[in-house]
Amino acid sequence: MPEGVRISDLKIIRDGKTIIPDLTMYIDRGKIVGLLGPSGSGKTTIMRSIVGVQAIAAGSITVFGREAGSKVLRTRIGYFTQSASIYTDLTCLENLRYFARILGQSEISVHEVLELVDLTKNKKQLASSLSGGERARLALATALLGRPELLILDEPTVGLDPVLRRDLWNLFHKLADQGKTLLISSHVMDEADRCDSLFLLRDGRILAGGTPQELKDQANTDEMEAVFISLVEQL
Amino acid sequence: MSIRRIWGTARRILSQLRHDPRTIALMILAPVLLMTILKYVYQNQPMVFQRVAASLLGIFPMLVMFLITSVGTLRERTSGTLERLLILPITKLEFILGYAKAFGIAALIQATIVSSVALGPLGLKIAGSQIMLIFVAIFDALLGMAIGIFVSSFAKTEFQAVQFLPAVLFPQLLLSGLLVPRGSMPSILRIISDYLPLTYAVDATQKVVVGQGSVTRDFLILALFLFGLLAAGAFTLKRKTK
Repeated sequence: MPEGVRISDLKIIRDGKTIIPDLTMYIDRGKIVGLLGPSGSGKTTIMRSIVGVQAIAAGSITVFGREAGSKVLRTRIGYFTQSASIYTDLTCLENLRYFARILGQSEISVHEVLELVDLTKNKKQLASSLSGGERARLALATALLGRPELLILDEPTVGLDPVLRRDLWNLFHKLADQGKTLLISSHVMDEADRCDSLFLLRDGRILAGGTPQELKDQANTDEMEAVFISLVEQL
Repeated sequence: MSIRRIWGTARRILSQLRHDPRTIALMILAPVLLMTILKYVYQNQPMVFQRVAASLLGIFPMLVMFLITSVGTLRERTSGTLERLLILPITKLEFILGYAKAFGIAALIQATIVSSVALGPLGLKIAGSQIMLIFVAIFDALLGMAIGIFVSSFAKTEFQAVQFLPAVLFPQLLLSGLLVPRGSMPSILRIISDYLPLTYAVDATQKVVVGQGSVTRDFLILALFLFGLLAAGAFTLKRKTK
């Protein structure tokens, strides 16, 4: 198996405050890996550093054997940010066409991703007039452009209706089956069961890692929420 | 350097403008309106209108372009789309050149319309070439655009970006020789004005108005400032942040 994402001894300090004290983790290729933890646990910071936009104080991050943020990775990573980073004064189609142009992708790929996130019927609509969920899907579509090998998705299913959430998780599994690697963050513990493996985070530290079943067995419970609580109480 | 990515960025910005017809209308109509008011303010002193109008022909588009670009670029920086873009295969220079191209086209249209109205219906007469005067106006608008892109990196909010107009452009206006000939300024101010781009824009206008002297040197210096500011603007974009 070729190398996935490797984080070693990562330390991140922001405004004199240590956000990530010392983090080491490995993400396998072709897997859906969940990053679970309450808000403020460092999920977004970890994701930003894998994408290469976060200044780090110490440690190293490599993606597919290359240093995070290096040029060769720019067409291989799709990034979905929490604050849907799209142009609200453009239509869905115009948004996607622009990102496609930057990536050197064709018009066909634009329609392909519109279809994937079920926005084809809204394609001529201004992004400012979309609902929150639709905006998130548009941002997700921009992350899917160019079929990147690694998808970093920061809370992609927040605020979506359950049907759509199920559809998106089906899409994520389809992508993983094609060999893509997905790192998905969530603060909703019940999404954990849909991941191949998990990292539970709190205060920038990994509380535990493993498959959902392994974690539940260790804590002797059936619910991820209870796993989290028992881990915190053991500290 | 990829033409596709530069032009793609410019097209995207122009599409954003197209969805905002009120901004387009203000961009074109505000300078035209100001020139028209100027004409009637000086109805009994037509000679003063002739002198002032030519100089302001370039200044009005410059102010408007400065505001539009500084707020536009700042919006991109603060909304997260810039960070989103810079993880993709686009270089910082391509991004800035995309902005320059889009707003450059807007500046061109704006300056051409305002100049045509002033030279046509408003009866502005100059001794030199009218085409040259339009060129100077376009240069001024482009300069406003480049300064706007550059200073937006020093602003964290739109309030701050707008405050840069009096802070950055007004001193240049005072020192440019528009109000008082530079020769009669204290020498320290004259020396400072040697290093300000607006000085050369006003100098070029005055030469075209009297139809004497070559504007080549002014244009060269303005072009240098233009590219210098754009390069500096690209330099201030950061892929990585704390």
